[in-house]
Amino acid sequence: MTTITLTHFLFISAILFSLGVYAVITRRNAIMVLMGIELILNSANINFLAFSRYSGLNIEGQMAAIFVIILAAAEAAIALAIVLNIYKRFNTVNVDEISLLKD
Amino acid sequence: MTTELTIALAILLLPLVSFILLIFTGKRYNEKSGLVGTAFLGADLLLSLYILFAKIPSEAKVWDFTFTWIDFHSFVNNVPLKLDIGIMVDNLTAVMLVVVTLISFLVHLFSLAYMKGDIRYSRYYANLGLFTFSMLGIVITNNYLLMYVFWELVGLSSYLLIGHWYEKKSASDAAKKAFLVNRVGDLGFFIGIMIVWMQFSTLTFDGIFSSIQNGNIPFNSNTWLTAAGLLIFCGAVGKSAQFPLHVWLPDAMEGPTPVSALIHAATMVAAGVYLVARTFPMLTADALLYIAYIGAITAFIAATIAIAQNDIKKILAYSTISQLGYMVMGLGVGAYTAGVFHLVTHAAFKAGLFLASGSVIHAMHHALHQVNDHHTDAQDIRSMGGLKNKMPVTFWTMMIFTLAISGVPLTSGFLSKDEILAGTLAFSKFSGHTIIPIIGFLVAGLTAFYMFRMMIVVFFGDHVDRNRADHLHESPRVMTVPLIILAALSFFAFYSFNPISASHGWFFENVTTPTVVVPESVSATSTEEFVEEVHHQHTLAMILSVSVAGLGILIAFATYYWKKISADAVADALKPLYNFFSRKWYFDELYDATVVAATIGVARLLAWFDSVIIDGIVNGAASVTRLGSVISGKFDSIVVDGMVNFTAYSAGFFGMLLRTIQTGKLQTYIVFALIGLMVLLALYI
Amino acid sequence: MNLYEIVFYFFAIVTVGSAAVVVFSRNIIYSAFSLLFTFFGVAGLYVLLNADFLAVTQLLIYVGGILVLLLFGVMLTSNTISVELKTGTLHILPATILVALLVGLLTATFWTADWFMSKRASDIAAQTTSKEIGDALVTTHLLPFEIASIILLVAIVGAAMMARRENPKSQIPI
Repeated sequence: MTTITLTHFLFISAILFSLGVYAVITRRNAIMVLMGIELILNSANINFLAFSRYSGLNIEGQMAAIFVIILAAAEAAIALAIVLNIYKRFNTVNVDEISLLKD
Repeated sequence: MTTELTIALAILLLPLVSFILLIFTGKRYNEKSGLVGTAFLGADLLLSLYILFAKIPSEAKVWDFTFTWIDFHSFVNNVPLKLDIGIMVDNLTAVMLVVVTLISFLVHLFSLAYMKGDIRYSRYYANLGLFTFSMLGIVITNNYLLMYVFWELVGLSSYLLIGHWYEKKSASDAAKKAFLVNRVGDLGFFIGIMIVWMQFSTLTFDGIFSSIQNGNIPFNSNTWLTAAGLLIFCGAVGKSAQFPLHVWLPDAMEGPTPVSALIHAATMVAAGVYLVARTFPMLTADALLYIAYIGAITAFIAATIAIAQNDIKKILAYSTISQLGYMVMGLGVGAYTAGVFHLVTHAAFKAGLFLASGSVIHAMHHALHQVNDHHTDAQDIRSMGGLKNKMPVTFWTMMIFTLAISGVPLTSGFLSKDEILAGTLAFSKFSGHTIIPIIGFLVAGLTAFYMFRMMIVVFFGDHVDRNRADHLHESPRVMTVPLIILAALSFFAFYSFNPISASHGWFFENVTTPTVVVPESVSATSTEEFVEEVHHQHTLAMILSVSVAGLGILIAFATYYWKKISADAVADALKPLYNFFSRKWYFDELYDATVVAATIGVARLLAWFDSVIIDGIVNGAASVTRLGSVISGKFDSIVVDGMVNFTAYSAGFFGMLLRTIQTGKLQTYIVFALIGLMVLLALYI
Repeated sequence: MNLYEIVFYFFAIVTVGSAAVVVFSRNIIYSAFSLLFTFFGVAGLYVLLNADFLAVTQLLIYVGGILVLLLFGVMLTSNTISVELKTGTLHILPATILVALLVGLLTATFWTADWFMSKRASDIAAQTTSKEIGDALVTTHLLPFEIASIILLVAIVGAAMMARRENPKSQIPI
């Protein structure tokens, strides 16, 4: 009988999520923003697996996590390609300097 | 169609062919056009003579050819509604055909010399053809519809001929006046035709008369029958220059003199008399009385005016009106044959008078041109005189015409005038209207006086200017020959072998009073009684007419030849009367003051009404519209645009407001998303 | 305190600590390498959650693929060849407050929520899941699996197209 419950995992996930959000919000560098996003995705995956483990839906949560990982890989590739293009065009990867959406 | 009717149709159409030929080719063959026209009319005259000589001995009362022009395929009062038109030749028509073609032919002939070198020589002959065609159409048709058509054609062609020298303002004015005054009468004619059409559903003379004979009266009222007759007579008043529409005729003297001869002798003015003669059977006693009085008044007024005129053509013009009044009066009193007879005889001698005066004017023009005198009026009798020896043929022929018109025995005029005067005497005996024969004899005297006054002043004595006298010459043969022919025709022998009475001549035997068809109660004195009475009055009439004519001639000689009576003194003594006559009874002034002024006044009023009221309404409507548009424009620009702009502005405002949130920075958006998430979580907790 | 708990706390500390380094480090290279440990930690947590296949996949893809990609990105977008690849930060104070609030809220939510729990959850023996996942991918999750394949294909093609060196002659206007 272990004392580690679902809530423990959820707390880890919450902290990880918040750190990812903090990185996304505060960092100027687009690569850092991407890293934050990876943290958020990992926190989400932890949630999936934790619920899957403790709610008895063993395989379903893992399937969802697999697809999240797949999407994360695709996202990372696309996002990096975009970042490279932005760098070519603006010669910077600082997201606060790129505000074309405003105009 | 019989051969004769075909020929009659040919008579009608030949002048039209001449017209069409000349109007299209006249420019190219200018010099020849006169000969062409004259040749056509010569052929026409020969055909007319053939018709006359075929018709008079003919058994048939009338040759008629009628066909249905328009069939409406419907019925009115059980009478099929259709328009029948056609031509007919009875004795009256046959005589009129000869008269018209003869006078027209002679005028054509005369014009060869008179109009030589005119700027519109071929046009002149073309118009003469058209005129003759129109007049022949009036004579030959057997219905009111075609008659009205030709009637208006006469009006048109007279307009063209009177206005032949349209560069002269007086000529174009006279043409317009003739046309417009005629229109007044034609309107009445037209209304009369419409009454007839409404009632009888036919316009042929035969159809109408037989319908009336069967007791079919317009609106079952004799008054309407009288009205219909008088309205049709209105046309005659216009065309035959009867009082009160006589004013156009003297002005029509602005046309070339041969035209005056044609218009005033045989064609246009005769058309009115012919119309009355044609309509005669359906005229009631009341209508005839009106007609007789109109004729008498016309005859008297014109005769008095003629006394005080100095223009040779004006004198003849007024004498024409006077003689037309005579004819109408003759028809009005019931002396049908006498009236028509006077029309025929008058046609000959009046045409002669005009042509002779044309000859005189021609000579005067020539002489004035020779002495370079451009101020003297070639038509003023006071600048003539002593032409007897210079122009013997003209003088003698004109003398014969003057004798004829004055009613001197042995002339045709004597015969016809005599019959009319006898008719008036008989009429006064039956009806008690004694004023009519009195006027008749008075006018006979006046006619003799003013005609001889003219003759004496023009031909006797010495010419007023010696220089000019040397240049006066007799007119060429082509002008004198028509005069001689007409002079011959002014003798009694052509109409009756009895020099005293024509009542047994061929004319009276063949052109008889038509059967009156109006109901017994409103018809005039029966023909037999009337003719009987005329015979009784004949001797009296003859004696009286010869005496008044002789008296008139005597006074004329006493005044102007022997100078026993000073014309100036008389004129001075009767100055108001003389002025009254010389100013033509102030008819023109009266009409100017009343009809013309009223018309112009009404026109001004209408123009004022148009320009102030109508335009005002229109402009008012326009300004109201404009005001409305201004208001609506303001509404648009302020309210609608305001709302639109407000919408746009508010959208812009909120956009500006929200724009500050839209920083374009990723982090900001994520923060907003997070805040949303947190709010959701807070709600959950 | 049994072994399970010790292992859990170990991986939890590794994950949170390295993640904190990732977030708070000023040097992007440090961040990237720190992220490596985060991924390891998370993979360890996966194992504790009976997801051995996922743990291995996490290591393979995240550490072997995504992290390398991120490092390439760092290298390619740094205009200065400097050891100190520092990155600026923005709105530190509001972000901190915000994230603190977020942590509070999330924690409160997880704490207060009445989660559905399987009765035997804690008793489930650890067993390999590769066979089950493999079965599921070709049976019940076949369609998402195929769509994921297509997404990956598209992502590969798109990324390759966007990231390649531009040909001046066929410039794609932005």
